[in-house]
Amino acid sequence: MSLFITCINDTMFPHTGRAVVSVLERLGCEVTVPANQTCCGQMFTNSGWFGEGVKSVRAFVRAFADAEVIVGPSGSCVGSVRHQHPMLADDAGDAGLRHEVDQIVARTRELSEFIVDDLGLVDVGAHFPHTVTFHPTCHSVRVAKVGDRPQQLLRAVDGITVVDLPHAEECCGFGGTFSVKNPDVSAAMGTDKVAHAVASGAEYVVAGDNSCLLHIGGLAHRTKAPIRTIHLAEILASTQDAPFMAGAAR
Amino acid sequence: MTRRTPDVAPVTWLGMPAFPANAKVQLANDRQRANLTHATRTIRAKRAAVVSEVDDWEQLRLAGAAIKDRTLRHLDTYLVEFEKKLKAAGATVHWARDAAEANQVVIDVTRAAGADEVVKVKSMATQEIELNEALEEAGIAAWETDLAELIVQLGHDSPSHILVPAIHRNRSEIREIFLTEMGRYGRAAPDDLTDDPGRLAEAARIHLREKFLRAKVAVSGANFAVAETGTLVVVESEGNGRMCLTLPETLITVVGIEKVLPTFADLEVFLKLLPRSSTGERMNPYTTMWTGAHGLDGPRDVHVVLVDNGRTNALADQFGRQVLRCIRCSACLNICPVYERVGGHAYGSVYPGPIGAVLTPQLRGHTEAIDASLPFASSLCGACFDVCPVRIEIPDLLVHLRRQVVDEHKRGGLGLERLAMGVLGEVMGNPHSLRAAQIASTLAGKLPIPGIGRKLPGPGASAWTTSRDLPMPAAETFTQWWRKRSDAPGTDEEPDR
Ligand code: SF4
Repeated sequence: MSLFITCINDTMFPHTGRAVVSVLERLGCEVTVPANQTCCGQMFTNSGWFGEGVKSVRAFVRAFADAEVIVGPSGSCVGSVRHQHPMLADDAGDAGLRHEVDQIVARTRELSEFIVDDLGLVDVGAHFPHTVTFHPTCHSVRVAKVGDRPQQLLRAVDGITVVDLPHAEECCGFGGTFSVKNPDVSAAMGTDKVAHAVASGAEYVVAGDNSCLLHIGGLAHRTKAPIRTIHLAEILASTQDAPFMAGAAR
Repeated sequence: MTRRTPDVAPVTWLGMPAFPANAKVQLANDRQRANLTHATRTIRAKRAAVVSEVDDWEQLRLAGAAIKDRTLRHLDTYLVEFEKKLKAAGATVHWARDAAEANQVVIDVTRAAGADEVVKVKSMATQEIELNEALEEAGIAAWETDLAELIVQLGHDSPSHILVPAIHRNRSEIREIFLTEMGRYGRAAPDDLTDDPGRLAEAARIHLREKFLRAKVAVSGANFAVAETGTLVVVESEGNGRMCLTLPETLITVVGIEKVLPTFADLEVFLKLLPRSSTGERMNPYTTMWTGAHGLDGPRDVHVVLVDNGRTNALADQFGRQVLRCIRCSACLNICPVYERVGGHAYGSVYPGPIGAVLTPQLRGHTEAIDASLPFASSLCGACFDVCPVRIEIPDLLVHLRRQVVDEHKRGGLGLERLAMGVLGEVMGNPHSLRAAQIASTLAGKLPIPGIGRKLPGPGASAWTTSRDLPMPAAETFTQWWRKRSDAPGTDEEPDR
């Protein structure tokens, strides 16, 4: 499989990428990382800059042209590839690009989809003796439509305690550039999300999108809320012999 | 001349500051936030419960969207058919290009009826054209008769919700408003009024009763307009609509041109979708239908004002026109995390929440700062689409409108954003420049991504770090780590170049 690392994980959260490599190699996958990948372009598209967005679509198609299966540790970025790349190709009036996009979309998976559907696994042999709560990020649920696959994977982890997140389905308020264009509303939404995570009694709030966790974690850190953030991949990578290294800056 | 009805602020919406500034003000109103959270959570749960009872809900949504889409494609035909049937049934039909024309029709018809006041059924169309103020200026008093609209009117306030205009008020605030204001405009509230909902409703009922019985003219909107038969439909909960639609001799109905449905049978779908989506009820208590005038039974002089007021602008946009499917149920408001926190007034229009953010800029254009900011007033979480009974793709529409705003402003403002997006567009479209930028960013401890960066070009500079901490970008990117690992002797992985 080919890893679609996503620009934010590549730059801000390389340990998440390393965790993905670790868990997938443990499960017997041959991981490649196409070197010429950039990003899904969602930031441009959602900001209204379609011309810039379609450049990312072309780059994505070129980078993953030969990939058998493309796996990304982000519901939002995978959702963007699925939902926005066809739209951008159409908008550019480029039928050839649309065709390539359709083929690539059919081979693109979010991490939990790849493990549950393609590998047919829910128990990945992980060990994580902590209490966690899961935030189903909006784009993973409503755009990528990963369903409850992340929760299935979490529940199968050895030693873990998964507690319910109150009002889990509510947006955390990140929303890409929304977080800076409407910073007050964004922070108000995130503050409520942090409060719900704390109320769940968990040590960690888990999600499949580091962008949302950056926002939730940034608010929690500022207010010294007793909750930490962690990407699903890092829990799945953690084993009895090689526990998750919590040194990663959040 | 002294005013006859309570004055309102703001009288007009245009010229309001942009959404983020409005939102900041609204966010600081703790009582309003508590009221909104409580109210939206309650109605959300009610809606979810009654929708889950319907096995073919998704089919109903698809049918609703399909009927509306077909109607919009042939809107000219259906509107003319509707006009023909209405005239045959004894009604007078007026066409209004904009708010001013529509208001003038209502003023003229009211004067011709020899009246200087009207009773009103709750109606978004008349809120949109700011009819009450136009009537006031013409010396005609307009009395709102829906309980929540009455609260808003007596409170010198503006609606903050499509269905529950006083959602931002709680019971004790309502009691205060009734006690201080009712007596100035009619029958006063009893001195021993409590904040018990039954007592509040009773006070409103007694206050309104004399207005119902006195009124010669009623003004309503309509939820649906059936082309095949010329029938108008009003769906309501309190019975005030039934009073207005049956007691006065003259009835003026102001209808947006998108409200038309081809056939009577189409109502089946919408009368199932609407109550469950809006009030969370299986069926609403009152559904009134009328077809023209019928001698001594009901109003004798029936007028219908068909209003464009920007709707044909939306219709001209093939993707944007789906906004005209909207049946004003307000489910999207109730589920919206942004609306829940800021309330309706921040949206600078009578249409707040997700539907407002996509409808207002299409009706009014986006030259005003508030209108240009509305498509950005969303985190794109997508909850609104999930609940919309006619499947309006609000998140995609928001993005579509953002693009229009950006295109329109590319030559003007937006200088810094254009610079950032232009540079980043090149970087993200080109792997070599991305790697170079990443090396620079890890070295300099900053990222070239707006929304993530420590140094955002443009007015959002400190927007992230005002309330949130930001971790330092890692010393080594994933790609750098991967390349080292692949190049290291003793590994059998193929470096992928
Ligand atoms: S957009 Fe959809 S959910 Fe919102 S008010 Fe209109 S019909 Fe209801």
